[in-house]
Amino acid sequence: MDFGFCLSPSSHVKMDSIDLTTFNRLKETNPDVNTCIACGSCTATCTAGNFTEMSFRRLLLMLQRGKEDEAKKMIQRCMLCGKCTLVCPRGINIRKILLDITR
Amino acid sequence: MKENILIIGGGAAGMEAATQLKKLGLNPIIVEKSERLGGHIAQWDRLFPAFHPAKDVVEQMLNNVKDVDARLNTEVTDIQRDNNGFHAVLSNKETIDAKAVILATGFDLFKAERKQEYGYGIYNNVITSLEIEKFFKEGKDPRINNPKKIGFVHCVGARDVKVGNTYCSKVCCTTALKQACEMKEVFPDAEVYTFYMDLRMFGPGYEDLYLKTQKDFDVKCIRGRVCEVSEDMNGRLVIKAEDTLFGKPLRMTLDLLVLMCSMEKAKSIDKIQQKLGIANNSDGFMQNKDMYLGMNDSKQDGVFVAGTCTAPKSLPDTIGEARSVAVEVFNYINNK
Repeated sequence: MDFGFCLSPSSHVKMDSIDLTTFNRLKETNPDVNTCIACGSCTATCTAGNFTEMSFRRLLLMLQRGKEDEAKKMIQRCMLCGKCTLVCPRGINIRKILLDITR
Repeated sequence: MKENILIIGGGAAGMEAATQLKKLGLNPIIVEKSERLGGHIAQWDRLFPAFHPAKDVVEQMLNNVKDVDARLNTEVTDIQRDNNGFHAVLSNKETIDAKAVILATGFDLFKAERKQEYGYGIYNNVITSLEIEKFFKEGKDPRINNPKKIGFVHCVGARDVKVGNTYCSKVCCTTALKQACEMKEVFPDAEVYTFYMDLRMFGPGYEDLYLKTQKDFDVKCIRGRVCEVSEDMNGRLVIKAEDTLFGKPLRMTLDLLVLMCSMEKAKSIDKIQQKLGIANNSDGFMQNKDMYLGMNDSKQDGVFVAGTCTAPKSLPDTIGEARSVAVEVFNYINNK
């Protein structure tokens, strides 16, 4: 019998049990991934970001919070134009990192 | 005859002001309530942004004042204005007549137990920024037992209307990053997190320290204030915060939590301050004449202020103010 009750999954990010495989692999070849200051320049200039949820700043955070599936879905929106790399004040080679994530 | 200048407080500001006044031909007298000169900075191991040993600076400052008249374990219990300036009575019943008074009374560290939700004094593995500095200095603390996960909480007792301190304490951000790097040096396998709301890297080389913290030391900076701390069955700490950049609350288990305590104006001077007629600002720090050209002057003739008694300041800020107060006092005496 269905009484209409259900369990909602917790919205908490459980830092103790997240999977950081992709981010740690990325860090080996691109130590710059650590240096993001979340200024949002990449997202603001992003050609795809104008029409979709694409945001490199957020993508990096997703990988650090164990949301790999969401990150891999988001990355499909990227058109590899490289404008994000031009504007990054930390000089992060974002285009290369995006390519490395999908590799 | 050399004019007496009474300096209350023998920390960085008091020592540096005395050094300069001596050079200018006056006779500074330091009255220090503790058993030693050096103030808070003498308890510190290394200084931001370049990990310079605090001892080097403190020893040099102490050496500069070795010929200065200093009364330790002594407090000013009464002070009155007379025709010649000021007449002060000390706790050892000695009296000092001085032409001018410099208040260099510094700060008290915020008492971390006041932020009860962080569990200081309740959970064993919650410590303060001062205690971790002692650990770096002495190399041991029974609570620091090969931690695998370490967290730092910024703004403890600062930017927080609930404790009555709405101001920014200025130096804790840079100190947190410095201490986070040092923990990585001592425990290279540990994961180190800092929980900040803004990272205020205001000085030369501080932003470079931030970059180094991220890149070389792999410290993870999470934007969000820790809202509560509890203990699990194994005595580890469970913290809750929101990752405000990600827009989701997070939970994490830690072995050690370090609270970056703010500065508050030292309370022990309240009575003397009242006798001299020096009011506080709304943030509880002493009022100076104005914040641009009168930062060392008080609204009372012959009473000067220097260092962290007027606002939270870094060591270079404090030394700069101590030097400028010496010039102010010198001009005051000569124009009298």
